[in-house]
Order: sequence, then C-alpha cells, then structure tokens
Amino acid sequence: MAPRTLAQKLWDDHLVARGDNGEPDLVYIDLHLVHEVTSPQAFDGLRVAGRRVRRPDLTIATEDHNTPTINIDKPIAEPTSRIQIETLRKNCEEFGVRLHSLGDIEQGIVHVVGPQLGLTMPGMTVVCGDSHTSTHGAFGAMALGIGTSEVEHVLATQTLPLKPFKTMSITVEGELRPGVSAKDIILAIIAKIGTGGGQGYVLEYRGSAIRALGMDGRMTMCNMSIEAGARAGIIAPDQITYDYVHGRPHAPEGAAWDEAMEYWSTLHTDEGAVFDAEVFLDANDLEAFVTWGTNPGQGVSLNGVVPNPADMSDEHEKAAALRALEYMDLSPGTRMKDIPVDTVFMGSCTNSRLDDLRTFASIIKGHAKAEGVRVMVVPGSARVRLEAEAEGIDKIVEDFGGEWRFAGCSMCLGMNPDQLAPGERAASTSNRNFEGRQGKGGRTHLVSPMVAAATAIRGTLSSPSDVSAEKVGA
Amino acid sequence: MDKITILQGPGIPLKRSNVDTDQIIPAEFLKRVTKTGYDDALFYAWRQDESFVLNQEPYSAGGVLVAGPDFGTGSSREHAVWALKDFGITAVISARFGDIFRSNAGKQGLVTAVVPEEVVLALWAAIEAEPGVAITVDMGAREIRCGEMVASFELDDYTRWRLMEGLDDIDLSLTHADAIEKFEHLRGNWRPTTLPARTA
Repeated sequence: MAPRTLAQKLWDDHLVARGDNGEPDLVYIDLHLVHEVTSPQAFDGLRVAGRRVRRPDLTIATEDHNTPTINIDKPIAEPTSRIQIETLRKNCEEFGVRLHSLGDIEQGIVHVVGPQLGLTMPGMTVVCGDSHTSTHGAFGAMALGIGTSEVEHVLATQTLPLKPFKTMSITVEGELRPGVSAKDIILAIIAKIGTGGGQGYVLEYRGSAIRALGMDGRMTMCNMSIEAGARAGIIAPDQITYDYVHGRPHAPEGAAWDEAMEYWSTLHTDEGAVFDAEVFLDANDLEAFVTWGTNPGQGVSLNGVVPNPADMSDEHEKAAALRALEYMDLSPGTRMKDIPVDTVFMGSCTNSRLDDLRTFASIIKGHAKAEGVRVMVVPGSARVRLEAEAEGIDKIVEDFGGEWRFAGCSMCLGMNPDQLAPGERAASTSNRNFEGRQGKGGRTHLVSPMVAAATAIRGTLSSPSDVSAEKVGA
Repeated sequence: MDKITILQGPGIPLKRSNVDTDQIIPAEFLKRVTKTGYDDALFYAWRQDESFVLNQEPYSAGGVLVAGPDFGTGSSREHAVWALKDFGITAVISARFGDIFRSNAGKQGLVTAVVPEEVVLALWAAIEAEPGVAITVDMGAREIRCGEMVASFELDDYTRWRLMEGLDDIDLSLTHADAIEKFEHLRGNWRPTTLPARTA
C-alpha cells in the first residue's frame, strides 16, 4: 500500500461507503458529543421525521455553554438559558442519551469531559455541534465540528457524508523557551497561515516541540485549529497519549487494551507520505504571543507593538486591521506590554484543564492581583475543579483576589452572565477575540495561561519574566 | 427542502473580510430552541449602526449578499445560516468561506457561491453604480449574472445537485443502511461506548 498520512488512515478506517461520481464518502462516527445549544433543533428534526437516535451508546451530552458558574444549586435565573437546558434534559430522556447535568461530577465543557472520561481515544472519529471539537484530535482522532443539520444526521445514522480533506503538516522543531507554551505555538501558527489558511485541510502537528507537549498542551493546539479555518487538527498518538488514556473510566482493559494498542501503534504518517501543504515553525525562536485585533490571526509577539495598517500590502488585511484597531481602541506602535486590562479570564475549552490551572496558580501564588482587575478562573469541568481543589489551587486563586468559579464555557462566549461590559478589555485564555464575543463592546486579547497570570499580577499585558524581574528588584 | 434552480435579488455589498459567525449572529440569540425567527438577530451588533448596509434601502428586504473573503469563519452555529435565510438572503457570494458555515448552508438551502476576488470587486462596483441592481444565481448554468456581467461560480457537484433536487441528506445516507450495519459489526472491540455509563 502506498504511504499514507495519519489523516488518510483515519479516514480509510471509517469508510462506510466510498462516494462515486463526485458524491461524498459516508464516514462512520465513533463518538457524538452533544450540548444544549446546537442540539434542540436536531432532536426536533428527529421527532418530525419519526426517527430515533441510532446509537445512544455512542452519544453523550453535557450542559456547558449556558450554565452559570456561581450559585449552581439554584434554578438558572435567565429564562431562555433555563429553557434551553431543560430542553436538553427532556430530549436526552426521551431519546435515551446519557447526560451529565449541572451539579454532576462529570459535568463540564464538552471537550474537557470526553477526554476525562476516557471516551476520546486514538483512532476514533469524534463529532460535536461545536467548532472546537478539533480539541480531540490531540489523541490522534479525526475530530470535526459540525452544524445542527449534521448533528441530526449523526443522531439518525451515526454517519456523515463528507468529502475527503486535504492534509497539511505543521512541523514545529526545537525547544520552547521558559514562558512560552502550546498556546503561543498555535497563536503563532494562526498568525502565520491566517484565519483562512487551513480551509479545507486537516492539520497534522508534528516535530520535537509537539512531542514534548503533554496531552493538555496538545489539546490546546488542536483546539484552535479551527481558528486557522481548518476542518481538524491531529497529533499522532505516542506513549504520552497512551498513559493519559490508560485507566480512565471508559478506556479498554485487558485484551481490549492490547487490541487497541496494536492498532494505535499504526496511527502515524508513513515515511514518504505526501501532504498537500507543509508549514515549518522554529520553536527555539518563539516568544509569548498575544492578539491585538478582532480575529485570532491578528497576533503579535508580546514583546512587540501594535502593527500599523499602513504597512500592510493586502487591501483586505489593511481594512480589517483599521477596523480592528478602532474597535480595540488601540494605536499603531503601542507596546503590547503597555496595554492595561480590566479583566483576566482563565478558562474555556482551550485552557481550562488541570495543567493550565496549575501553571496559572504557580505564577500568581504569593502575589496579589493588580488593583481594579477582575480575575475569573473557571475550571473546564466539575472534576477538574475538584482535582484543582485537592491541590489547593482554589485557595491560591482566592488569596490572590480572584474568583474561583464552577465549570462551564463561561466568559469565552458569554452565553451565561459571565460577560465583559462595553469597552471593557480582557486578557483571555480562550480562543476567539471576535467583536463582542465576550460581551457586547468587550475587547479581547487572547493569551496563554502564563501571560494571563502575569497580566493579572501587573494589570498590563505581561510575561512571567516581568513578574520575577520585579521580585528581584524589590 | 425546496428545489433551488434560479435565485434573483438585489445585490447587497458587505465590504468586510473575515465575517465570523459571531458577527452574523451573536451568542445571545443562540438560546432559542427553534429554527426560525432569527431575522432580527442577523448582524445584530452591526445593525445598531444606522449606516450599516442592511439598514439601507434597497437592501433591507434581503437579496444576494456579496461579501469579502473568509465569510462565515469561526463558530459552527447553524443559526448563522438560519438568520441569513430568515432575513431574506438567498445566496452569499464570496472568494472564500469558512468550511463549517459552507457545509451548514448546503444543508439548509442557502447557496454559497465561490468566485475569484475580481468578481466580488466587479459586483461591488456594479452595485455601487446602480444600487438595487439584481444579481441572478443560476444553479443549472453555475453562473452569476449581473447586468452585462456573467461569471461562473464554484459549488461542488453533489451539493448543487442536492439543492437543485431539494433532497434530504439523511434519506440519502440511509440508502446505505446495510453498509452502515455491516460496518458496525466489524468495529474493534476496544472502541468505547458511552453506555453503560462509567465514571471514576
């Protein structure tokens, strides 16, 4: 057989029917994750057509986008949010779908819950009505964000008609400097290839800098593949992946584990396989990265300055930059580190796992937050929250002056009351700095957990080295 | 789904690139559990500005949207497609679309026509010269027509055929019911099931 990429192997192994004459292939879906926002209309569709959920045993639901992160024992105050969550509960009951509701130990952001339960594994196809489903690609799975029509399609058939994707290798070689993390790599990649650069592609992240990342960092990378416009991001599984999966509630055991390992060991891009596009990035050169604009491609090194639209040759890029600077209330040439923030948001499916919280806590420990800055820390799941509390992270956050919240999507998209006020500026570990994303008129700078922590201490966009330098000077 | 053969309506110039789905419909409108009634939510933040194109005549009743590159990036929310349709947008013309948005549009009968950048610029110029000028999207001929101008557009054969025939995707996939069942028997034993539920 001709050498194949990892993406091609995953595709071939899930092919139910190959499409002829320009028809799409029919691809089997191993795991369908469901949440309250993109599913009500899909379940309605099933009811109208008199269809059932074909494989409730490959489907799991959780409540995350709308859920409050305080007072979770009280009824949800906002009526529309409450109705949407009640609708999910009714639908799951009617169609026999497993649901982890608010208050349940396994409740949380859908992309944190799947891996934590051991439901996300190498060699799978995973879908969810959420673009950040790409997160699960970190395990060597083909993980796709889909729309509500496709949610209904998967509920009804456990398959999706899909056209094969192109493949792009993104090789990151070298060793990250202190203060630089997975988030900075992916922000740098998006700035390099653009928000449309990945359109139609599955991105495979490779190279020594990727291999050195733990699973939480790899999930951060794959999570933001969609921000480069890609259909998915994947990383070949290795011992780090196997160790993460082993022993989790739904991980295979005994002979099934051996069978899985035998298959998983084949899940890598073959020597000589050809990608449709290749991108290289030097990890040694990389600095902490932050965004200045209103799309995730508008990023710059934290040590840099706000760029000047006049220097941009592409007319669309220039127009978008002008508009972004107006919205963000920034001037060209301003040092990124001189930008003050009102809020620091530590959370979202990009950066809310235990490693992220540990990193954040290790930097703020022993400090007090900058005066006037709101610091909100939202764990990705109820279980992550408990694990963090077992390590005393909740105390560190509270002693710092931050708010230790319950799990959910929270201020990443402000569907619950956690929002920016108009004109408010945030350093956020989330994934999108779109206009109004975190609240009407809110301004977002995407940052890593390390930069979020240092910024919370100093009140202006900062790196951990700025904090330690101060300590030495004091 | 209705069969789509020829669409016609006033060309609406949206001279912005990277129009993400958060702009098309902000998250606050995603709390509804219905599939219709999103016309007021379309471009909600931008429409607060009276000079925004959809607040201008002759564009306020919908038509064919002509947008800058990378339209529909970001969130997978199909609500973006529903809102465009509810407002009366029948087709969007752009040089590049977000993949998930484009897939959603194809399922819901919103035509997404990909054309070279020059065609977008020419259409903007034509609209500027004659506001309200009609754009025709001819699915059969795979052509966009505006005044004297004729340009072909890209839409994959399968989606075009399905839209022209008004076919339901799920029914088409279920013609492979036997193949799905056969595939399910051959899946490895190690592959997890969500039921019975296990937790740590």
